[in-house]
Order: sequence, then structure tokens, then C-alpha cells
Amino acid sequence: MARSVTTSRKTMTTLFAGTLGLLIFFPVLWIVILSFKSEGDAIKAPLEVLFSTGWTAESYSAVQARSDYPKHFLNSVVIAFGSTLLGLLIAIPAAWAMAFVPAKRTKHVLMWMLSTKMLPPVGVLIPIYLIYRDLGILDSRIGLVFVLMMINLPIIIWMLFTYFREIPGEVLEAARMDGASLREEIIHVLAPMAIPGMASTALLNIILAWNEAFWTLNLTSAKAAPLTAFIASYSSPEGLFYAKLSAASVMAIAPILVLGWFSQKQLVRGLTFGAVK
Amino acid sequence: MKLARAMFGATALAAAATTAATAAELTIATVNNSDMIIMQELSSQFEEASGHTLNWVVLEENVLRQRVTTDIATGGGSFDVITIGAYEAPIWGAQDWLAQLDDLGDAYDYDDIFEPVRNGLSANGSLYAVPFYAESSFTFYRTDLFEMAGIEAPDEQITYDEFAEIVAKVHDPDNGVFGTCQRGKAGWGENMAFVGPLVNAFGGRWFDMDWNPTIDSPEWKAALTYYVDLMHSYGPPGAESNGHNENRALFADGKCATWVDATSAAGYIYNPAESSVSDTTGFFQAPKQVTDKGTGWFWAWALAIPASSKQVDAAKEFLSWSTSKEYVALVGETKGWVAAPPGTRASTYANPAYTEAAPFAETVLNSILAANPADATRDPVPYTGVQFVAIPEFQGIGNYVGQQVAAALAGQQSVDEALANSQQFAVREMTKAGYIE
Amino acid sequence: MATNASRAAARLMISPAVVLLLGWMLVPLGLTLYFSFLRYNLITPGANPFIGWENYYWFLTDPSFKAAMINTLLLVGGVLLITVIGGTMMALLLDQPMWGQGVIRIMVIAPFFVMPTVSGLVWKNMFMNPVNGIFGHLALGLGMEPLSFFSEIPLLSIIFIVSWQWLPFATLILLTALQSLDQEQLEAAEMDGATWVSRFIHVMLPHLARAITVVILIQTIFLLSIFAEILVTTNGGPGTSTTNLTYLIYVSSLLQFDVGMGSAGGVIAIILANIVAIFLMRMIGKNLDA
Repeated sequence: MARSVTTSRKTMTTLFAGTLGLLIFFPVLWIVILSFKSEGDAIKAPLEVLFSTGWTAESYSAVQARSDYPKHFLNSVVIAFGSTLLGLLIAIPAAWAMAFVPAKRTKHVLMWMLSTKMLPPVGVLIPIYLIYRDLGILDSRIGLVFVLMMINLPIIIWMLFTYFREIPGEVLEAARMDGASLREEIIHVLAPMAIPGMASTALLNIILAWNEAFWTLNLTSAKAAPLTAFIASYSSPEGLFYAKLSAASVMAIAPILVLGWFSQKQLVRGLTFGAVK
Repeated sequence: MKLARAMFGATALAAAATTAATAAELTIATVNNSDMIIMQELSSQFEEASGHTLNWVVLEENVLRQRVTTDIATGGGSFDVITIGAYEAPIWGAQDWLAQLDDLGDAYDYDDIFEPVRNGLSANGSLYAVPFYAESSFTFYRTDLFEMAGIEAPDEQITYDEFAEIVAKVHDPDNGVFGTCQRGKAGWGENMAFVGPLVNAFGGRWFDMDWNPTIDSPEWKAALTYYVDLMHSYGPPGAESNGHNENRALFADGKCATWVDATSAAGYIYNPAESSVSDTTGFFQAPKQVTDKGTGWFWAWALAIPASSKQVDAAKEFLSWSTSKEYVALVGETKGWVAAPPGTRASTYANPAYTEAAPFAETVLNSILAANPADATRDPVPYTGVQFVAIPEFQGIGNYVGQQVAAALAGQQSVDEALANSQQFAVREMTKAGYIE
Repeated sequence: MATNASRAAARLMISPAVVLLLGWMLVPLGLTLYFSFLRYNLITPGANPFIGWENYYWFLTDPSFKAAMINTLLLVGGVLLITVIGGTMMALLLDQPMWGQGVIRIMVIAPFFVMPTVSGLVWKNMFMNPVNGIFGHLALGLGMEPLSFFSEIPLLSIIFIVSWQWLPFATLILLTALQSLDQEQLEAAEMDGATWVSRFIHVMLPHLARAITVVILIQTIFLLSIFAEILVTTNGGPGTSTTNLTYLIYVSSLLQFDVGMGSAGGVIAIILANIVAIFLMRMIGKNLDA
């Protein structure tokens, strides 16, 4: 039975949580507002900004005139989705095996994998740069897909592992008893249970790859530069720049924000890392 | 190809479009300064005329320097054209990291480029970078505020003490005007570009004749104490995060009464489209103190071609377009003459259209020609450079000292601590590099 | 029971991941280790002679090293503290019945999707800038002196920005954990007359312990290498007050271009990170088995 709550208390909670949520969300909201203001209005006091009448999209056209947004956007998409797909391809069998055929050392292997994630990227940039130069994959999408796949692989494996582990082994046994072949077992029994976890893992990984700003900046120049490089060119002012910076920021984060919002149910469902039993 | 390059200019470029063997794709790395942004805007004309495609990598100065240096030192070959300064050009040229640029053709008119600028970008008698614009430093001030405070703008070079007195009179924070804005953001190309000449004026130097660092000297202390006191009393809040661009925005927005900075900012400040103080700004020389040597810096932003580029010929075409007389005229005609890239070519200053639109032209030119990197300190030194020391190790030392100065400015430590830390760091670096035991 | 055949199949399935990660760890690490014993400066090319432990000596005696260690600890610890406590409170709040919970959750989750570079730039310019930022305007409106965040409380400002980014992550995980809590257990406690506080301490907190360890582990991994936020806001300054270990290595190897010393720093950072890792693994291992 659900607890009964008085309407007044529910109203209070809603008001309080709503205010807090709005405060946390405010910076994002604010750059959206500023991005539609003129540069002169954008540096005014907050209330003046809100009530200044002029709304304009000129910052967006200024940003587009200066940087080739579609190119950067496409690079971000290719790199984020590419590294995620490749990562899943390698991680699914590994996590699967660890979850269903656990050996004595499984946990150690898992922990070791996670510890590779603690390698500080700056410490190994020069070696990677030299290797990439020799392979001729500096400033290439392939190169970035590989690096981002590698740095997120431990997280992917771990997430999938914790998710797969929740699938009860008895279900498999039962299916096997019924004479299901391995293929049928996978398609009809396992996949429905595993897909939500994989979707959630993929989403988190896309977000992480989209926002990664060290390797993407240092290993690209022009051709493969994603949105993190696009935003880097607005990091220091040329005159008044708040509106342009806001517009560029909105353009850089909007795609992933929208994706995240639409898929937040899937994302949240798997984002437990085995924390919930 | 040779012919196309020799016959320069708009017509030659049109010809190049038909004669160029192959259309190349060039990757150009540049800083996000307003002059470079203009170049990027206008470059579509070059693309149309030459048939080449340009990819732009526009970054903030510190990030650009790190990316370009990493790439060129490892021979990464990511860039075909890079934007570098008067500090890097001779050092990198001497290391054969850059393509020689002595063969851009007669139409390019090398003699038109001011000799000190050319010399600053050469190594072993060869030119390794072509100047995009060149600058010295001088003092911007607000004529209206000076008038209100009853101050006559000085004709002669004043001392920093006299400067502080003037600043005190025009400081009016209640009306949103700070007495002075100076660079505070850490970096050898940021706050140290102001502090370096300041130290020169106070009689200080980076190294003695045996390369021993002299940052803990009384001259440095006097200069830094002056700097920190001045900024605390009359500077804007948060000055330690303000670099050139931030200060330029503040000054253009009418928030500063005085500002000692790059002469190249004048084109922006005097441009009514960008600045709200375009008709109320004047200028005078950067102040001196115990000496007038090395009180105005010398800097040039230049374009160069990494030796690792696979498209040197196409890159040269771009260089000779973007640093030509014709390019200066193109900017003048499309963006207004006040915005034309300054300080590089005699022809710019011989053009009445420019000198009329840019009242600062003569002063800027004189400051640039007067700056002498070979003799910029009161006491003898083993190095050249006004606001920098032309050795590879300087970047690291300058950045560290810049951080320490910024910390002193932010009130996180005293001037004495900042200088002691800086001296210790400089000694370590020079020992590591083998200059001193 | 797993058969020998399935064991072999399992090993085969794990091996691509293991081989890749091993390569990813060993190749750059090997090169880094090798460089750390050379005099190798990018801007002074020439022979790169073997110089033994000299780079380690210079890195460890670097005056910034101690500051960087302390800053790294403060940064990681501070953000963990804020996000775990704040996240728990947010989760408790969001678990209450209310209208429009979906919308509120969408607002709370948003910072997690924002690029670190963007959030650094936005906080620095639009909020914390003492002249044009919102906080500056607010302070003026209240008749106070605008605070110059990055000069007076630089590290705290960074901790604040990073916490803003990671609070949603902690909130989400803790909220999911909270929602899986057995309602009957709670109601039973309520019947027994337990106060809200004692219910929180005796029923909810133990249930959340696992989730909290997970939050700590995952966030620590990311927080140890915080870089972009520092780069776009303070550049490690003023002085060294916001230089963490990652940033110090960046300064050595990419601003001073001393790859030898930067590599030595990298090796030291890897050793330190592994000490932290072992410590964390122990902690989480215990908690995950339970």
C-alpha cells in the first residue's frame, strides 16, 4: 500500500524540489537565454537581460560563419557512436563470460581493468602522439574512435558485468532443459533481459565520449576535430563575446542534452553499477 | 608555379587558379585574435582564386602554442600553416623546423617589410616566417576622463611614478571606471609581456652575463611591488584573470581609464563598430622609470610553414596572399582602413587612406621602429628580446614566473615569496638545461 | 556448474578485452617509463642521453609537486564530500511524492550532459566574473563587494564547478538505490514509532552504503584526472593554488615541453593512482561481495 500524503505537503515538496531543480538547471537555461541576446545586452545585470526586449539569432549565424558546425557535429557523432559500438563489441563477450562463467580471478581481472582507467592521460600523450604520427592516424576519426574506446572500455565492461550478473542463471538452465539451442537461448531468453543494460551502457558511454576534451583536442587539428575543439576556439574573448560563447555552447551541448533527456529512463535503469540488488 | 608566385596579387591568383597543378587542402592553425578572425573571414576569396581548400584551427593563444609546438617538435605534420610569434620564429628556424621563405617572389616586395620586423623573424640570414602584423606597446587613455580630471596628456615619456599619480586621479570605481587595466593572466605572453618591460624600466634583467637568474634582485622587487600596489589600488577586481583580450574588451566597454598594451589593439579600440570609446581614446608612450631602455615591447605575429608539411608550395601561396600589400588593402576596403593589419609594411603607412583612418599610425610606427630587442636592459645581458628572452627554456621559466606574479597579484602570496619561488625555479631550469652548474 | 569447455570459451571471450587493455597499458606506459630516464626536451632537439633518475629528482623536488598533491586530494575529497552528501539529500527529496517529478528530474540531471570545457567557460564568464558575471551583479545589487572567485577562492571555485557536474550522477545512482528499498521495511519501522532520523540512519543508510561506494569509486576515477575545468578557468593558478597532479604533468610535458620530466611525473602519478585504486578496490570489493 502506498503511503498517503496530504496535498499540502506534496505541494510544499514540489515547490522546494522545483526551486532546487531550477537552480541546478539555471546555468544551462541562462546560456540559452544569452545566446539569443545581442552582445551588448548579454553583459547586463540579470534582470536587465531578461527584460531587454531584443531577441536575436545573430550570434548563431556569427558562430556558423566562423566555424563549420556541421563538420564538427558529424565528427562528434562518428567518434562518440563509433567508439561506443566498438567498445560494446569487445566488452559484451568479456562481460558475458565474467558474469556467467566466473573464475577465481574474475574479480581481480575486473579490478585491474578499472585501474587502467586511472592512467593520467597527460602522462602518456607524447607516446601516443608519436605512435599515431608513425601510423599516420593523427587527426583521423579512426584514431580518436580507438583512443576513446580504450579509455572507456573498463567502464563499459564493468557496467555490463554488473548488469549481466543480475540475470538469474536458473532462467538459462530452464531454457536449456526445455531443449533450447544456444542460439535460441540467446535470442529468446537472454537478449530481452540484457538489452536494457546494454542500452544504458551505450548511452553513458556516448555521453562520456561526446564530452571528452583532452584526447579530442590534442590528437586532432582540423579534419577530425569534434565539438570539443569547436568550443575551444571561443574560450578567450574577442571583444564582447558572451552571446557568441553562449550560442557556441548551446550548439555543442544541445545534441547530447536532448539525447540524454529522451533516453533518461533507459540511462537511469542501468546506471547502478551493481549498487542495487 | 614559379611564375604564378612571381606575378603576385589578385590577378595572379586568378591565373593561379587555372595554372595550379593540383588543388591542395591546407590546415591552418591560428590564434583567435580579431585580426586573424578577419583573415579567416576573407580567406574565402583566396580559396576561390586559388582553388585550394582551407581548414581552420582557431585556438586561444596558450592552447595554440602548446598544440603547434607539440606537433612541430614531434614532426606530426598536422598543420601546413602555423601562426607563431617573434619568439618562436628564430629559434624554430634555426632548428630547421620551418620551411625557408626567401622565395615568395619579387611581387611580394620583401623590402616593403620593415627591417626590424624581418630581422626578428629570421635565423642565420634566412626568413622563416612572414609577418601578419607587428606591434610595440604604448599607453591608451581616455581623453574625456583626463579632461574631466583636468589632466594634460603627457608629450614626453613619463615615469611609472608619474603614471601612478595620473591613474589615481582618474580612478572612479563608483561610476564603473577603473584607473588602470593591466594584464594579470599568467603566461609569458600574457602578464609577463607587461611585467617584462616594467622590470626593464626599473633597471632589472632576467639573467646576468653568466646566465645566472636575477629575479630576486631589488630591481625586480621594486617593479613587482609597484605593479601589485598599482593594480590593487586602481585596477579592476579579478585582474589576475585578465589577459590582453579581456582587457581590450574592458577598455572598449569604457571600464578603464588607462591601459598599457599592444599598439595593435588600437585598430580595434578606434573602430566604432567594435568599441564604445573609439572617439574618446588617446595614447602616449609606455612609461619609463630609472631607464627608458626596453620600456616598449616588440612583437610580431607571423605565419610560417612547418618543415613537416607535405604541401609547402600551396602553403606558400597562402602566405604570400595573407601577408601581401594587396591583403592589407583588401582588409582596408572591406573592413575599414582602421582595421588593416599594422606594423609590417611601409606601403601601409605611405597610404593616406590608412593614416587618415588611423590617427595612431605614426606613433605606432615610431614605437615599433624604436623597440630594440638587442639592447633592452640597463645592465648588459647575454640574451636578446624585450619582453622575452630568446632561448627555448624561456617559455617554461616565463610561464612559471607569470604564475607566481599572478598569485602575488591575487593576494595569495607576497611579492617576496613570488620572487623567491621564481628565482628558485629559474635556477633549477637553467641548471637542468646546463647553462649554469 | 561451468564445464571445462565453457571455461575455455569464456577465456576466449575475455581475451580481446584483456589483450587490448594490456596493450593500452603497457605500450604507452613502457614508452613513458623509457622517456622518464632520458633527457628529452621537445624544444631542444638533439641526442636524448640516458640520465638515470635525474628526471625523478627534478620532478619530486619541484616546489609545485607538494602543492599539486595537496590540491589533488582536496579537489577529489571536496567534490566527493559535496556530491555524496548533496546527492543523498537530493535523492531523498526526489523520492518524496510530488507533482512533475519527471520534469524536475530532467532539470537536475542536465549538468551531467554538459561538456567540462563548456561548464568551465560558462561558470567562469557568465557567473563568476566579478565585473560582468551574475554573481557580481547580484553582489552589487545587495550592496556588497563582488567576489573575485578565481583569485580569492580559486580551488573552492573549481570544486564547486566540478561538483555541479557530478551531483546529478550521484543523485541518480542514489535515487535508484533508494527506490529499490523495501517499502514494507520502512513502514514497519514507522509503525514501531521510529523517527525519520532513526529510520534514515538504521534503514536507509545501510541500504545506500553500496551505492555510495559505487559513487565514490566511479567519481574518484574521473576526478583524479580533472583537467579541462582547470585549463579553461585558472590555468592552474594563481600561483599553484589550483594545480593538481594531472595539470602539473601537463605543465611539465606540454608547456615546458620537458617530456623526460613529464614522463617521470606520469610514472609517479600512475603509482599514486594505483595506490588509491588498491585502497578503493579493497573497500568496494568488500562492499560488493556483501
